[in-house]
Amino acid sequence: MTGRAASQDSVTRTLTVVATGPLTTVQDGGRPGQGAMGVGRSGACDRAAARLANRLVGNDPDAAVLEVTLGGLVLRAGADLVLATTGARCSVAHNAPVPLRADRELRLGLPPSGLRTYVAVRGGITVEPVLGSRSTDLLSGLGPPVLAPGDVLPVGEPTAPMPGVDLAPVPDPPGGELTVRVLPGPRADWFPSRATAAFTATAWEVTGESNRIGLRLAGAALERSRTGELASEGMVRGALQVPPSGQPVLFLADAPVTGGYPVIGYVADADVDRCGQLRPGQTLRFRGALS
Amino acid sequence: MRVLPAGSTALLVELDGLDEVLGLYAALVAEPVDGVVDVVPAARTVLLVTDPAVTTPAAVEQAVRRTTPRSGRRGGGELVELPVVYDGADLGDVAGHLGVEPGDVVRRHTGTEWTVAFCGFAPGFGYLTPDGEPWQVPRRDSPRTKVPPGSVALAGEFSGVYPRESPGGWQLIGRTEVAVFDVARDPAALLRPGVRVRFVDAT
Repeated sequence: MTGRAASQDSVTRTLTVVATGPLTTVQDGGRPGQGAMGVGRSGACDRAAARLANRLVGNDPDAAVLEVTLGGLVLRAGADLVLATTGARCSVAHNAPVPLRADRELRLGLPPSGLRTYVAVRGGITVEPVLGSRSTDLLSGLGPPVLAPGDVLPVGEPTAPMPGVDLAPVPDPPGGELTVRVLPGPRADWFPSRATAAFTATAWEVTGESNRIGLRLAGAALERSRTGELASEGMVRGALQVPPSGQPVLFLADAPVTGGYPVIGYVADADVDRCGQLRPGQTLRFRGALS
Repeated sequence: MRVLPAGSTALLVELDGLDEVLGLYAALVAEPVDGVVDVVPAARTVLLVTDPAVTTPAAVEQAVRRTTPRSGRRGGGELVELPVVYDGADLGDVAGHLGVEPGDVVRRHTGTEWTVAFCGFAPGFGYLTPDGEPWQVPRRDSPRTKVPPGSVALAGEFSGVYPRESPGGWQLIGRTEVAVFDVARDPAALLRPGVRVRFVDAT
């Protein structure tokens, strides 16, 4: 009888998507190491938040979670499950493991600050991996489709004990202005010193054309001291690329593998997660020297 | 070799040209540097991405400077044959640009061995460079919004095969039924850096 009960339980270890909000995707640690094939890393935009969510429910830190953009996700449990939300706080117990009974719903409201909420479930989301990852890459189209109402997500079996942590004391993503550390990029010398000075003196506005690929920033137009074309070259998240408009793009998780515009600087990798929580209208400042 | 900064987790090595890129890339694949999680060749650069828990860009720079590039980019890699039906919409334009007949374009495209120099633009899109005489073909004045998958194309000094339907500005000379990118296959990309390619006329 026990075996039968366990197998019934395992077939109902699911989360049904009732509503998705503006955008919800499955994300994990991404696809590192495949850049030479033209495959980008992808994965959670705020890696630290996704890893914390997994640790709170006793998962591998890079297990697949849901990345919810501006709240609005409603999930129904197919069995008794344990969930945790991290990142942007959405009116439910946050940064803490929470049981969700079978047939009950988790409803995420609109976060007061921050953009992306991570929902981990004990056992992980076990949709079919593509090239070793369950991440949806919105640039290349690899990975599972963007979530839609009615989707039924399989949930894995727990692999490790619960961590015995009630609450992780981490600050919420801030509203308003954010300052991050910047380092020189490979093509900082394509810009005159007045452009690199303007870069760190400007409060850049995050525009509405921002997404998982990158933040499009608006502020001072950065002029170049060199004209001519740059042969495309490899880059990673955190790259600050300056297209001919002079308005930089800060690349995030779904950055292209290569780019053909000069990269003036790089946001320090540990700070890129915080940039992934910025909403349109917030401002971003860079601290550091570009030469 | 010029080593350029690329943030706290990567560095960008700039070289004189494609042959030097292929030589260094081949050496870095044959003898991986500790803590390097990705090596991305491009037209004149090789990006090395590190695992910050294992190493630093400065340590990787030292290791790269000690690396001896493989000499001779040709001959080492696996050889792939791609049957091509040469009925591309731009075959006549390419022939006109080169001042030859369409049949001459096909003979030249099939008559040389190509090497994948690097990938980019889309997963599995390889930039192929010829062993023989270099090509120089302009891009189309106006890019197509939809290029069918399997399209065999030319632009600049490169040839390529579109892995899936996408927009594109390259000149289409033919098509192949071979899937150059398939996530169910390992490796998914047929045309990886260093792989040699021979196009076979299947018209």
